Amino acid sequence: MTRRLLLMLPLVGFLVLGAFLYQGLSLNPFQRESALMAREFPAFQLPTLEDPERIVDESLLEGEVTLVNVWGEWCPTCKQEMPQLLDLADRGVRLVGVDYKDTREKGGAFLAEFGNPFEVNIFDSEGVLGFDLGVYGAPETFLVDRDGIIRYHHTGYIKPEDVHDVILPEVRKWQ
Amino acid sequence: MAVIRWFFVILLLATGMAHGGAVEVREFSNPVLEQRYQSLTASLRCPKCQNQAINDSDSPISQDMRERVYAMLQDGRSDMEIRDHMVQRFGDYVLYNPRLEGRTYLLWGLPAVLVVAGAVLVMLLIRARRNASVRALSNEERHRLEALIKQEKGQ
Repeated sequence: MTRRLLLMLPLVGFLVLGAFLYQGLSLNPFQRESALMAREFPAFQLPTLEDPERIVDESLLEGEVTLVNVWGEWCPTCKQEMPQLLDLADRGVRLVGVDYKDTREKGGAFLAEFGNPFEVNIFDSEGVLGFDLGVYGAPETFLVDRDGIIRYHHTGYIKPEDVHDVILPEVRKWQ
Repeated sequence: MAVIRWFFVILLLATGMAHGGAVEVREFSNPVLEQRYQSLTASLRCPKCQNQAINDSDSPISQDMRERVYAMLQDGRSDMEIRDHMVQRFGDYVLYNPRLEGRTYLLWGLPAVLVVAGAVLVMLLIRARRNASVRALSNEERHRLEALIKQEKGQ
């Protein structure tokens, strides 16, 4: 009897491995948790898009739950995402933009055309802050709590239904 | 013969072209630094692409990462520091060789465990088979066998 059970062992092993690999097939390889989750927002010192003379740092994000959205004029999905961000701003969510690898002219024109839901935009033309945030595309959105800790990360496009289903509940959770 | 030689020349040129896009010209003060740059950029994975090292990818983030590796090497940082720098930002995903830590013991240890288990299994099987063949002869059979051997020698 034990001998027969022992003979089944390779089959059991195979089934376990099979189940493990099978569920891997349906995973989205782009849905990875940010390495910065539950860590402090990286330190930075950059000018704003609105005023080149004004230098802001990470203290900008303290005291209030803030949604930090990384965008750029060159990014087509960012344009589609703007209505959702304007909606969130209308609902009283504080938004700060990071204009990533952009020029002042293009960034300004983008906001003039698609609307500006951001309280202020950090102008990151070289992508220095983006690099420290582990951004490898745009748009990407980070939820930062009142102590400046990153609490949620959204890779890619915020769909219209995500506003109510995902983003707002996360914001409320940390407010 | 000449045809085959030409085939290889074209093949070499083609592979050279395929890689040309992702490689910048870098100046190194010594060959060791260059060697480290090559091995680091070959062992870090591009976070944007599915399965490409940063030295093999044209994506903007790979360019930024190569730039950072180069800058940190010039700055005298160790390989470990550079890897940690990338993992802090982009996660364990960027390492082709996962680090040995609590949750990767199983990953690194399992192959060795399986090899040892396999060796033990083979040894047990061999021993079982040897015992079985000894036991297969009854006393009577053994006597007959000895008689036969004796007979054979006698001839």
